[in-house]
Amino acid sequence: MATGVRIRVNERMWTVNGAQDTPLLYVLSGELQLNGPRFGCGLAQCGSCSVLIDGVETRSCVTPLSAVGNRAVTTLEGLPAWYARQHKLPKTPALTPVQQAFIDEQAIQCGYCYNGMTIKASELLSKTPQPSDAQIRSAMNGHLCRCGTYPRIIKAIQRAAQASLSGGSVSEVKEAAR
Amino acid sequence: MKPATETLVFPRRDLLKAGGALLIGFAIRDASRAQTGPEGIAMVTGPDQPDPNRLDTWIAVHADNTATIFIGFVELGQGCTTALLQMAAEELDLSMSQVKSIRLESHTMPNQGGTVASAAIARGGPRIRSAAAEARQALLKMASQKLDEPVDRLTVSEGVVSVAGNPRKSVTYGQLVGGKPFNLPYTGTAPLKSFRDYKVVGQPIPRLDIPEKAAGKYMHMQHVRIPGMLHGRIVRPAGQGAYGDGASVLSVDEASIAGILGARVIRKRDFVGIVAPNEWDAVRAARQLKVSWDRPAALPGTGAVYQQMRAAKTTDRIVVDNGDVTAAFASSAHVVSQIYRGPYQAHAPFGPNCAFADVKAGSALVMCSTQNIYETRRKVAQVLGLAVEKVAVRYYEGSGTYGRSCYDDAAEAAAILSQAASQPVRVQFMRWDEHGWGNFGPAHVGEIRVGIDAAGKITAYEYHGWQHHWNATETSEQLALGTPAAESAGPGSQQVSNFNLAAMYAIPNLRLVNHRVDGSRFLKGSNLRSPLDVSFSFAQEQTIDELAFLAGLDPYEFRKRNIKDERWLGVLDAVAKTANWTPRARERRQAGGRIATGRGIALGTHTTSYAAAVADVEVDRETGKIVARHLYGAIDAGLCVNPGCLENQMSGMLVQAASRMLKEEVTFSTSNVTSLDWDSYPILRFDECPTVTTIVVQHLDQKPSGGGEELMGPAAAAIANALSDATGVRWREYPLTPARVLPTLQRGSA
Repeated sequence: MATGVRIRVNERMWTVNGAQDTPLLYVLSGELQLNGPRFGCGLAQCGSCSVLIDGVETRSCVTPLSAVGNRAVTTLEGLPAWYARQHKLPKTPALTPVQQAFIDEQAIQCGYCYNGMTIKASELLSKTPQPSDAQIRSAMNGHLCRCGTYPRIIKAIQRAAQASLSGGSVSEVKEAAR
Repeated sequence: MKPATETLVFPRRDLLKAGGALLIGFAIRDASRAQTGPEGIAMVTGPDQPDPNRLDTWIAVHADNTATIFIGFVELGQGCTTALLQMAAEELDLSMSQVKSIRLESHTMPNQGGTVASAAIARGGPRIRSAAAEARQALLKMASQKLDEPVDRLTVSEGVVSVAGNPRKSVTYGQLVGGKPFNLPYTGTAPLKSFRDYKVVGQPIPRLDIPEKAAGKYMHMQHVRIPGMLHGRIVRPAGQGAYGDGASVLSVDEASIAGILGARVIRKRDFVGIVAPNEWDAVRAARQLKVSWDRPAALPGTGAVYQQMRAAKTTDRIVVDNGDVTAAFASSAHVVSQIYRGPYQAHAPFGPNCAFADVKAGSALVMCSTQNIYETRRKVAQVLGLAVEKVAVRYYEGSGTYGRSCYDDAAEAAAILSQAASQPVRVQFMRWDEHGWGNFGPAHVGEIRVGIDAAGKITAYEYHGWQHHWNATETSEQLALGTPAAESAGPGSQQVSNFNLAAMYAIPNLRLVNHRVDGSRFLKGSNLRSPLDVSFSFAQEQTIDELAFLAGLDPYEFRKRNIKDERWLGVLDAVAKTANWTPRARERRQAGGRIATGRGIALGTHTTSYAAAVADVEVDRETGKIVARHLYGAIDAGLCVNPGCLENQMSGMLVQAASRMLKEEVTFSTSNVTSLDWDSYPILRFDECPTVTTIVVQHLDQKPSGGGEELMGPAAAAIANALSDATGVRWREYPLTPARVLPTLQRGSA
């Protein structure tokens, strides 16, 4: 049932053909060929498929295409541009402070949960720029990691928060390669 | 924003033909392949795979003065690619930015076996190191001729060979051989660097796979898209039954998905699947298809599994029999004897397995997240009825698997669907497929008996273990071909271990006995990270603590008295010191308050390395909930090539061990597995995540040994000992969930 639905993803309008009941995840990974949101459970239990919709972390595996409407969908791929707009940066960085902090803390093992972790952490820091340890744990609690990288993810989020506190968010963010 | 799409291309057809080699029909090109270096890099392609006795099989030097190292191990996020490249860079005198590897695939890469048993560095490292040293030797010889100087006057830095005392007289590796093969045999005779000269090895080099993962540009298996492929899903009853039964179809109502245009049912005996051009159509058709299954009540059910294992007819094997255990027990001052139980636990990869297959008339290409491409190739070839060399397998990293999860099953399913549909098919297992049809770490019953003399020295030790072996027939094959449910021969890590049981202690009289249970009336088994070791350590290290207290000794002190090997002492001392261990000669058994805190210590390993852990836990007396607050772990893995990678593994193991000790248990009724998602199979989350402290005991002068599993057993056992320290009560069965802990806590004894 080709529908020609128009959705806004990473600041571009796309016309997609998925049926109205298609979970957004399959539109993003199938039609738009994005690799950020990824299948984990299809049950909104793990956070693997998370995207931001109008800045709110949302499980795309249980969000039907019809529910997206005019709202802005941001995936991992669009996170640096989203961050730049949030912080009124003149240029889109290659990586956000959260992404850079995951590298600096070597917080990734297999990296499959990373999409959801980064999306959720970005949402958290946009609302609570200096979260406490308890606030980080509480915000992140709906996101699972089988490799057990939680301790380093907590450190990475703290590091990203610290970077913006020291006013280093602009200078520390690497400029886009191109 | 269009990301890279993997496409089928045909560059190797003529090359393979010309070499008289296998005609696969196509190869896949992707970003990593394109970056390999100049075309015509020196790979020796035999009929099956490159000749390990040729230098070009291992190393190619490019004109830009970089090198590709051909590594026969898979990256699992554990960092083995980074560490093995460090070993190569060290011997070649190249910087890390000058070396890279490429994607592992059969037919083009050296066969170094599977990436299992934490052995990538220990087993694979020596060959890569020695090949690199041999390549350097060959390059120096060429430089000597080019510069007209004797080899012993040459020095190398970052691939630039220069003359001692005359640095302007130089030539680069790239200039010497770039783009051309060495055309030399690999002899393994080149002298290796002394550990005293290491510049790269032993350094915590940041992992090479992390930047791409952080940027969202890493290609996981789940991201592989091939133009024209169909989306496949398997259709099975919810949750596996007894391994011997597989699953039997009574009827399939194809009309039940008539409304989903494009979705097709594919059936081969009891194998049922869906293919569809659109992924969501495949997902909903697989859920909507009406299939009646025969579901015999052939399982014991979670509650009766241990009794059934003990009652089963077994094949027994004496693993170790030293001294006279019976006489030694008779003269022991104290004897502790107990029965311990450990549940089935799941790999439960965070992203369920995914695989792609393109099956042609006489050949097949498979992509999946296997830990052993050669084993996957053998299995897929068998399912397709093709000769092994007609199947090519390419590895893509999936989600952390920690042993053989459903990756071979998914690869077989993709192959069966592609063969039947005559089109390339990508199969994504759903969450309930992976959770319900996993090959689980087997349940275990251990009976342990240990005696000590009046001085607190262990005099006798006896262990009997009951469990079944691992499944050797993947479910897709079992269903599609009716292949009988075979079990892996072993023993390997499937049986009572003389590495993790007793080996750290000096014990004059020792008897270890394995009781192999027939697995056909149980769940499918396989190697889950540190196979059986969590159960072994849970039993042994609690027994050791009980004996220490009977002897009136501190558990740390008691262990020291019974260890002879300095490396076991090394990890024990390291962890005790870092955790600031304070001696106690009995459980502390805090009397008042809702929250009781405790601390425990334990030793353990998987095979060759040495590990120790300390755990700090909190117990809520009202709810029975246990939280591991701080876990300390130490590992001596000999030469640790990359302490950063090892610490990352250790941190993950400490968290995973807490999860397995406190949370994880596969549940099943008499007919099928019932833990099918993250609600019914909970794992540790952020709110209960411990602080972790990791200690690498470095021995640059030793051989490297494994580091990816060894902390599982001791960390889990330290938690159990800490729980007893807090409460004065011991538990003999895990996981230590509130439902298990609270009644015992209220009763006051196990």
